[in-house]
Amino acid sequence: MSDTSDSPIIQFDKVNKWYGQFHALRDIDLSVARGERIVVCGPSGSGKSTLIRCVNWLEEHQEGRLIVDGVELSDDPKAIETVRRTVGMVFQQFNLFPHLSVLENLTLAPTWVGRLPLNEARERAMAQLERVRIADQANKYPLQLSGGQQQRVAIARALCLTPKIMLLDEPTSALDPEMIKEVLDVMIELAGQGITMLCVTHEMGFARSIADRIVFMDQGQIVEQNAPGEFFANPANERTREFLSKILNH
Amino acid sequence: MSATFIVIPARAAPVRMLGARAWIRTHLFPDWKNGVATVLIAALVAWYLPQLLDWALFNAVFSNDNAACRAVAHDAARPGACWGVITEKYRVILFGRFPHADHWRPLLASLLLVLMLVASCRPRCWRRWLAPAWIAAFAAFFLLMRGGVAGLTYVETARWGGLPLTLLLATLGIAAAFPIAVLAALGRLSPLPAVRAACIGYIELVRGVPLISVLFMASFMFPLFLPPGMTPDVLLRVLAGITLFAAAYLAEVVRGGLQAIPVGQIEAAKSLGLGYWQTQRRIALPQALRHVVPAIMNSFISTFKDTSLVTVVSLYELTGALGLALRGDTDWRPFYFEAYLFIAVIYWTGCYAMSSYSHWVERRLAVSNQTAGNAQ
Repeated sequence: MSDTSDSPIIQFDKVNKWYGQFHALRDIDLSVARGERIVVCGPSGSGKSTLIRCVNWLEEHQEGRLIVDGVELSDDPKAIETVRRTVGMVFQQFNLFPHLSVLENLTLAPTWVGRLPLNEARERAMAQLERVRIADQANKYPLQLSGGQQQRVAIARALCLTPKIMLLDEPTSALDPEMIKEVLDVMIELAGQGITMLCVTHEMGFARSIADRIVFMDQGQIVEQNAPGEFFANPANERTREFLSKILNH
Repeated sequence: MSATFIVIPARAAPVRMLGARAWIRTHLFPDWKNGVATVLIAALVAWYLPQLLDWALFNAVFSNDNAACRAVAHDAARPGACWGVITEKYRVILFGRFPHADHWRPLLASLLLVLMLVASCRPRCWRRWLAPAWIAAFAAFFLLMRGGVAGLTYVETARWGGLPLTLLLATLGIAAAFPIAVLAALGRLSPLPAVRAACIGYIELVRGVPLISVLFMASFMFPLFLPPGMTPDVLLRVLAGITLFAAAYLAEVVRGGLQAIPVGQIEAAKSLGLGYWQTQRRIALPQALRHVVPAIMNSFISTFKDTSLVTVVSLYELTGALGLALRGDTDWRPFYFEAYLFIAVIYWTGCYAMSSYSHWVERRLAVSNQTAGNAQ
């Protein structure tokens, strides 16, 4: 349970996962440093979402070890609970709770999981909404907001539990083009705060500007990983080059 | 060529789309088939309505005059209804075998339940005190009906009957069935195999048998398995039977609602650290129940009407009490039809009220989902 800055905050050690017969993650070795910002990319079905969903046990791995902030993930509910409190997550489809107002979406977990008094949870929620520049919509319901606004609320909701790690699973893929920028702006600001980020995205401009490292996956394996400059300039692997040529030349 | 964008001002709708004539044309005579249907239905109404009114009102006997009733019933030229049977028998129909002098007790008890039902429908009454209020209401109901205290004579449950019994079985049955249904629905979707199997077993077993056989078992079979003197009251056993029966159907309705919830909702709740019960209570159930309000009300209405079956195990609720009132009375026995109409109106009023309430709840939920935030 060391908390020193040089020990990795996430450590995948020969992690394997299957869906039935399908081998979804193959011998994943990945270590993420505290405060590191990692972008995971790769063709669809390559296992990138599965990879980050393992970090908060939305998917369970069958082989290997996965240690998050000093806690080894297993089906022990205590471990899962501890890890989920350290890890915030943003989904492609926002997954806001439609029957709760924006403010209630944000105060739900702090009051019921974090046992925070309601007024304190509200203050914290309003601060986060301020941060994603959407405080004026606090009393609306999610479905009254645009996609970009909903995703910003979702980011604020994940931040309300003051996580050490943020998982972002294709946060801009379900958005109309004119709304992508407002969400990316929030993510860039978030990246500047020193929080550990694991982001699956196809936004290569975003990856280039904020990522410390880009992880490229194909067929359940990590094909190569490198700093963005090197990754884009000299992709080492044939599969990476093919992928980049498809995603960058359109 | 410079194009200037000019907004076309809104204009009034054409006159031919408005007014009574337009309504008649669009609703009654939109094309020749509908026109023919309209004319035919109008002719049928014109032919039968006067006859119906003659029978129900103008030739009818309203006093409890048995001779007059028999006269209009046998007058082939001018047949009339005998509402006198209700005038004569309404107290037995409404209160069954309850001692005649104490009929104010079941009356008061029924009013109490109706009052509580009406109050519970109003959002301003959805407070923490509602549950204790219901417990108090049921306690008061039992006290009034059972007596044995405060100078009230003791009346055994076997003599309870009519409307209060129907109301008690329906409200207590529904109130008890609902939480059981929610638990059974959650259990059926549980990842734990033993829990899932138990819930599937219960639901499929109970749904697989008719209510009548459940009631027979509760009434006649169940006591055989208990030592003599340990048998719970027949009313309690029947109530348990109705509750378990209604809960099995309701559980499937609730399960339908739970399964309609996108998996992303549950994942979001998990990722925020909410536990299983918190996720169900705060995220899954509120959304699931909203989706199935009409089906839930359908179940409630069924349960309300199913209470009429307890008459087969000698509990004389509304329908049973009607049989009780007329079966042994040769003078009034011929006028079953009018008496059945009377209780049909009571059942219909209850069912229609539930149905209307369900529509109101649906509209309210739809509105609150769209505009609750705009009020701020």
